[in-house]
Amino acid sequence: MLLIHCPWCGARDEAEFRYGGQAHVDRPPDPNAVDDREWGEYLFVRDNPRGRFSERWVHSAGCRRWFDVVRDTATNEMSAEVPSRSGRR
Amino acid sequence: MAEPYAESPLATYTDVLERSSVRGQLRIAEEPFLAQVTVRVDPKSPAAERVGTALGGMLPNQSGEVVLAGDLTVLWLGPDEWLVVGPEGRDRDVQERVTAALDGEHGAVVDVSANRTVLSVTGPRARDLLNKGCALDLHPRAFESNRCAQTMLARAGVILVRRDAEAPSFWLLVRSSFARYLADWLVDAAEEYRSGGGEP
Ligand SMILES: [Zn+2]
Repeated sequence: MLLIHCPWCGARDEAEFRYGGQAHVDRPPDPNAVDDREWGEYLFVRDNPRGRFSERWVHSAGCRRWFDVVRDTATNEMSAEVPSRSGRR
Repeated sequence: MAEPYAESPLATYTDVLERSSVRGQLRIAEEPFLAQVTVRVDPKSPAAERVGTALGGMLPNQSGEVVLAGDLTVLWLGPDEWLVVGPEGRDRDVQERVTAALDGEHGAVVDVSANRTVLSVTGPRARDLLNKGCALDLHPRAFESNRCAQTMLARAGVILVRRDAEAPSFWLLVRSSFARYLADWLVDAAEEYRSGGGEP
């Protein structure tokens, strides 16, 4: 079981969290202005790196807050990520 | 017309819980019908300060902090979310006071008294018992009195409150629909203390 560090509650068991997928995936500001391919990529296509990956987690059984972490997908090592609002992948 | 009445989620468990208690070691009991009001407001806003004043103690701003204000207990549930717990029947008064204190500013005040019931688990065995199903370190060094945590006990979501460090005393706030499951689990987990195998 992973020990995940909630920025509010501290280290808690993985079972208290839900995964939210890749971080910083911005919804196109005007969905009508993008074609089907672009929209489909926004909905379904995500990076799948081996190594450091910015992702979202929610402390669903605790404070119920969303936060971003950087996880190494090869080692599961996690480090805090300063909340980013830049919205770029 | 039928008279309105209330039945707590563990009304039929009073005897079962009583029997699973061990004199001087462990006591499990429901504390039914406590008033519970969820308050959400920007913690940095003047409204948050007014709410604190109205409740008689500042809203706790540290993770897991509990503030006692007269007969009210204010639990930190999140950076902008608190649960005010009080004696039965105080819900309306708390709601009115907090709503008045918000004075129209952005916030939320919701009576959630029926959402969860409260189990009190007290006695020298309380910590051992809870740690059978809870991964948090409940040693007073790590979880002092007047601390709370939202976590899982036997895979049920609970709010755990440490009431008093000297005579170990916890509150478990559990959703009504999970209450009987959790009570069954507690009774089962307490079995070893009851049958004499649990001398400290
Ligand atoms: Zn948390």
